[in-house]
Amino acid sequence: MRLLGLKTFRHGVHPPESKDETSGLSIRQFPFAPLLIVPLVQHMGAPSIPVVEEGQEVERGQRIGRPDGFMSVSMHAPASGLVRRVALAPSISGRMVPAVYLEPFPGSTQEIEDGTPCPLEATKDEIIAAIQDAGVVGLGGAAFPTHVKLKIPDGKFVDTLIINGVECEPFLTTDHRVMLEESRDIFTGIRYLLKVTGAERVIVAVEANKPDAAEHLREAFPSDLNGSVEVLQVKYPQGAEKMLFSALLGREVPSRGLPLDIHALCCNVATAAQIGQLLPRGRGIQERVITVTGPAVKRKGNYRIPIGTPLRFLLEHVGVADDVNRVFLGGPMMGAAAPSLEISITKGTSGVTAFTDTAAERTHSPVYPCIRCGYCVDACPIFLDPSMLGRLAASEQFSTMADEHHLMDCFECGSCSFVCPSHIPLVQRFRGAKAAVRKSKAGAA
Amino acid sequence: MANGGKTLEIRTSPHILSGYSVDTIMFNVVLALLPVAGFAVFAFGLAGLLTLSMAVASCVLTEHLICRAAGKPSTVGDWSVTITGLLYGLTLPPSLPLWMVAAGGVICVALGKALFGGLGYNTFNPALVGRAVLQAAFPVAMTSWIPGFAAGRFSSVPSSTLTLPFTSPEYDAITSATPLALWKFGREATATSDLAMGFISGSAGETSSVLILVGGVYLIARNMMSWRIPASIFATVFVFSGALHLVDPTRYASPIFMLFSGGLMLGATFMATDMVGSPMTSRGCYLYGALIGVVTIVIRTWGGLPEGVMYAILLGNAVTPHLDRWTRPTIYGAKGKEAPT
Ligand code: SF4
Ligand code: SF4
Repeated sequence: MRLLGLKTFRHGVHPPESKDETSGLSIRQFPFAPLLIVPLVQHMGAPSIPVVEEGQEVERGQRIGRPDGFMSVSMHAPASGLVRRVALAPSISGRMVPAVYLEPFPGSTQEIEDGTPCPLEATKDEIIAAIQDAGVVGLGGAAFPTHVKLKIPDGKFVDTLIINGVECEPFLTTDHRVMLEESRDIFTGIRYLLKVTGAERVIVAVEANKPDAAEHLREAFPSDLNGSVEVLQVKYPQGAEKMLFSALLGREVPSRGLPLDIHALCCNVATAAQIGQLLPRGRGIQERVITVTGPAVKRKGNYRIPIGTPLRFLLEHVGVADDVNRVFLGGPMMGAAAPSLEISITKGTSGVTAFTDTAAERTHSPVYPCIRCGYCVDACPIFLDPSMLGRLAASEQFSTMADEHHLMDCFECGSCSFVCPSHIPLVQRFRGAKAAVRKSKAGAA
Repeated sequence: MANGGKTLEIRTSPHILSGYSVDTIMFNVVLALLPVAGFAVFAFGLAGLLTLSMAVASCVLTEHLICRAAGKPSTVGDWSVTITGLLYGLTLPPSLPLWMVAAGGVICVALGKALFGGLGYNTFNPALVGRAVLQAAFPVAMTSWIPGFAAGRFSSVPSSTLTLPFTSPEYDAITSATPLALWKFGREATATSDLAMGFISGSAGETSSVLILVGGVYLIARNMMSWRIPASIFATVFVFSGALHLVDPTRYASPIFMLFSGGLMLGATFMATDMVGSPMTSRGCYLYGALIGVVTIVIRTWGGLPEGVMYAILLGNAVTPHLDRWTRPTIYGAKGKEAPT
């Protein structure tokens, strides 16, 4: 769909972008915390199996966890150091998860050695295995193991690869900086991705609020690659896969289907950059770029942060306001609130945003009854009726929500809650309802 | 670290809100209505002021007392009942006895709003519910109009205004007919400029189309009102009455006259657009507006009453849930858009 000259999708919302304070700041290396806590499950799927033990010395980049089956990835040491413990650690979900406690050697230069490279000439299966072994997951936030997505089943094919540099979440500028500073890696990554998916062309999608990134990528675009850089209208949630497919290709992923059903595949720019960086060097992910921002953060910026850095160390290093009271991983629209500062940075963390009391508008806003204003209906990019769903959720009619009102198609983008003038916690209710529906389905099966 | 032992608040996303709130929207509607109310006071003097004040006061007080009686915090702070009071007052003849105004105000809120469950559940526009009950109970008083801009309107009130409760109002000799009644019962057309500017007789708020439109444009610009509903009503009224007028200009009034006379402007702009009683889908809004437009013209042209906007809107309110259901959009991914193979 095209409006005012730029492509976009239908519906959506316009939250304040709040990106100016960090979008101009180059990526800086973050120091190593005295103790890194590396969770063995940082992705959707089975936890990695630890291959190191207490008291063992490891090299930076060395494998510390191996995949447990196909729906799992390898894990690598973010620093050279001593394994203190292999034990449970708190996670963003509130659950305890297995983790490796790693104490970096003090004073180490943290040099890193290359492993066995996986050249572009390797077979599809070799590249897929290398991606799994490099521990690559979707860095846009979902942390879905990338190699699983790339394994195209027989009989299916992909014609278009979309590289997602939209970054529609307010506050976050991670992908923006990666596009400006790591375009070489991005295009190398794209070559690997084109090879394994067999796609004929690639579209790099950038939102119109990052004209410098779009221009840079256009200039850097290798002439032998079939594809283009597309600038999209600024609107949330343009960065969601489904919205990219409708905006760029005019195709809709069938309800409950996969992008493969419409012969498309989408991959985040930072993920592509990691693939382009790691595979030719035979390494695994030990760090990632994260925007640390929000009204409560003193030294905001885009940092390359070792995986496993505890949130407490991170925030102490950048400095936070005294009245900080909310910290979330990711941006303000879909980010998850940190239950404590003891959790650590994982591969799926694209941002750390901290708010103060004063920025916590929600605390003071009363909830009114639904006034049927229809704002949510105009906002929902899936064309659901959040107002109706909200009413049904309030009376716990979960099966009606799922059977008649497409509850399970909601991808929790938060647009409806954002616009609701009655401040009804719509998404929160939908999450609860979805969990209840899944549970009752599991019970029935 | 700075927040030492302080615990973090755990809330689910989204962590930011658009900043629109029910009370800000409602307050802006009140603002948009103020020029209209001001003009009504200017046109009808003390009578207009007393009618509007009594309408608002009775509605607000009723809501406050009902909340109290139910042991709940008062909801008058969300401004919605102030809108009801203003709209209700603006639909009344300015000479209506004040006790009738007060009784109608109680009905608006008690019957039209509280009985349905309060804000958000009031299927019908409360202001119109109150007005409809009054119309049925006091048909004469509700159709007795005084002319606007009368000399001495700021120093005296019509004798009917202060009628004691439950006695019949006495009317001065100078009641006058509204433009719609003039047309309906005498085929007499009123100048369009007089209609648009409000130099006519009628209810307090159906007089100045220009100020009503200004308020509407303000709300539409702030995304606090659906533009589709008034646009659809106006288009329907224009096309339908225009077609009739082409057939027989002596029997059917001109479309411009139909647009600018009676309660159409106020109703289409401020009452039909009441969020609670109107559809949420775009296509639903168009259909809803078309229905209101058609019913208005049908009643005006062939019905027993000179004005039909009120009933048209109440009918629209009634079918709103069905319109929303019929026009529910196909969800993303259900159309089975396939890639070219
Ligand atoms: S959270 Fe779900 S219901 Fe709400 S706008 Fe997003 S997809 Fe629609
Ligand atoms: S945005 Fe909120 S108040 Fe408006 S219709 Fe949706 S749920 Fe109701």
